[in-house]
Amino acid sequence: MAAETVKNLALAKAINESLRRALDTDPKVLIMGEDVGKLGGVFRVTDGLQKDFGESRVIDTPLAESGIVGTAIGLALRGYRPVVEIQFDGFVFPAYDQIVTQLAKMHARSLGKVKLPVVVRIPYGGGIGAVEHHSESPESLFAHVAGLKVVSPSNPSDAYWMMQQAIQSDDPVIFFEPKRRYWDKAEVNTEAIPGPLHKAKVVREGSDLTLAAYGPMVKLCQEVADAAAEEGRNLEVLDLRSVSPIDFDSIQASVEKTRRLVVVHEAPVFFGSGAEIAARITERCFYHLEAPVLRVGGYHAPYPPARLEEEYLPGLDRVLDAVDRALAY
Amino acid sequence: MTVESTAARKPRRSAGTKSTAGKTTARKSPSTDPELVQLLTPEGKRVKNAEYDKYVAGITPEELRGLYRDMVLTRRFDAEATSLQRQGELGLWASLLGQEAAQIGSGRATREDDYVFPTYREHGVAWCRGVDPANLLGMFRGVNNGGWDPNSNNFQLYTIVIGSQTLHATGYAMGIAKDGADSAVIAYFGDGASSQGDVAESFTFSAVYNAPVVFFCQNNQWAISEPTEKQTRVPLYQRAQGYGFPGVRVDGNDVLACLAVTKWALERARSGEGPTLVEAYTYRMGAHTTSDDPTRYRGDDERLAWEAKDPILRLRAYLEASNHADEGFFAELERESEALGKRVREAVRAMPDPDHFAIFENVYADGHALVDEERAQFAAYQASFTDVEGA
Ligand SMILES: Cc1ncc(C[n+]2csc(CCOP(=O)(O)OP(=O)(O)O)c2C)c(N)n1
Repeated sequence: MAAETVKNLALAKAINESLRRALDTDPKVLIMGEDVGKLGGVFRVTDGLQKDFGESRVIDTPLAESGIVGTAIGLALRGYRPVVEIQFDGFVFPAYDQIVTQLAKMHARSLGKVKLPVVVRIPYGGGIGAVEHHSESPESLFAHVAGLKVVSPSNPSDAYWMMQQAIQSDDPVIFFEPKRRYWDKAEVNTEAIPGPLHKAKVVREGSDLTLAAYGPMVKLCQEVADAAAEEGRNLEVLDLRSVSPIDFDSIQASVEKTRRLVVVHEAPVFFGSGAEIAARITERCFYHLEAPVLRVGGYHAPYPPARLEEEYLPGLDRVLDAVDRALAY
Repeated sequence: MTVESTAARKPRRSAGTKSTAGKTTARKSPSTDPELVQLLTPEGKRVKNAEYDKYVAGITPEELRGLYRDMVLTRRFDAEATSLQRQGELGLWASLLGQEAAQIGSGRATREDDYVFPTYREHGVAWCRGVDPANLLGMFRGVNNGGWDPNSNNFQLYTIVIGSQTLHATGYAMGIAKDGADSAVIAYFGDGASSQGDVAESFTFSAVYNAPVVFFCQNNQWAISEPTEKQTRVPLYQRAQGYGFPGVRVDGNDVLACLAVTKWALERARSGEGPTLVEAYTYRMGAHTTSDDPTRYRGDDERLAWEAKDPILRLRAYLEASNHADEGFFAELERESEALGKRVREAVRAMPDPDHFAIFENVYADGHALVDEERAQFAAYQASFTDVEGA
């Protein structure tokens, strides 16, 4: 390994370096997807990998998502560890059948004999002014399916390490990449020893209320905590990192301290991950809670055209509003 | 046609290690392809075609000028949209530059009662269907997710999810057949889309139910960065054979040939003979969309070779050589082009941002209690700002 172990990397580049490391260390790792080769993917996450590892390791696939995931399952059955790219969130649905009916279930059906170490990378979420089908947050649809693990890093260092761990996992992992944070830079220590993949992290200590988020909303929640601090409020921010499983122990520990919880995600609130968290935390922390668990997220409406996404997505004011409401109880 | 048949037969344990992807040499030049239907050579010479001449036999000089006008105006509109994107007025644009003949030829072959299912690049077909070009820009500007009533011109909304619309087209055509009507359906898609399961399923359904649908594949050689070789080992038009209906490859830069072949295919559909696959062999002269960078995956040589086959220059050469158009016509068209560009530019700039409550509009046809509740919450939240600002 190169001497330089701490690098300042954008989130997309951190994933790129992580994939490079995986290709380097394990000959069974494959990268597959549309435009992942010469173009390096539409977000350049796979930039340069085909050049260095060749077309048999970094594979430009036909334009067929069901085909991409279905063949990745076959390759995994043969001992490979495919990391497949779905170009945008809204295009995973042609592959949804393969993911839900096959990828998720084969381990159980084979009485544990078959392992499917497939990573499905999905750039997700809004805030980049894109056209229809390019800004969705379908994580709940995957978390609802037993047999799949669902994670989403919020920063370059987690992106780097969570990708390593996802590839090493013997379970299928749906890896949601917050595309609006692709260009955010931070330090990545490539020699650090990472914590467990599904463990939440307290990214800001506080005593008055817990903000729980993952992926693109973590940065927003940190900004909310900064803004609230100016009003004398001391918020704790929890980066959940994993949507399935969810680290309820860490949320519980935080809520027992702060006694209030607001969950923030971009996906629609209705039947979303926030609903699950609210229900479980209400059970676990019933006597600790000073206010009902509140949720901030998208509406029960199709993702709107770009010029309305600011109204649709949780922003500083909407989260602060929920914080005020929770504190008012 | 035996493109790459030897390579395809040779066992390849390690797929793709010696790929020729992106090399133009792997392709047969369409101008030397005996199976390519062509009525106008790249130099603008009219060539005879025993099978398809009859579909354009009665075409008048005025109609020829009309096709030329359609292509010029479509290109002008497209260029205007590209520059509007560059100036920040549009979030994205998918240019049709180079594909004018395929779209105008096929679009002008449709009848008013036919129904069109486009992708996101069919601006020329939209033009032929009478959709106001400015309406096409709403979704690219980000003010709506569609922008027109599909039923007022029998022109469906643009479809971004690759291949989906081919099934809708097939179902619509099945409906026409059930109704005993004699209209037809045309579904547009790209060479990349031909890999999607939905497209394969639409071929199966249309064949099994003998649906009156024409599959119009514009093979513009690229699916973003991937050349057609990354989608198929046989020429695309030959796929149809395996489903039991005819497939034809037409010179997609020859507007007359596209018109003739599409007319033939639509007439087949109307007379109960079922689906046809038309592969219009053409070229995407620009980037995939304004966010794409084609220099990463293809060289200029290829584009230069295709520029020599430009669909507009070809028809112009023919019009001039046959004295079907004079200086006055071209000058007038130039003025009309400029006026169209100006009109589109003004229309885009005047396009208002949508009302915030549009988020909650038309989510359901019959309404939904949760949407009502969220709309009310949203209204209260909005009002809290107005109060503060108004105070
Ligand atoms: C299901 C799906 N997967 C991926 C994409 C992203 N994407 C948009 S256009 C495109 C290439 C399409 O190529 P082709 O079908 O040849 O049509 P062209 O754009 O060249 O006209 C891709 C991969 C998409 N829109 N839908």
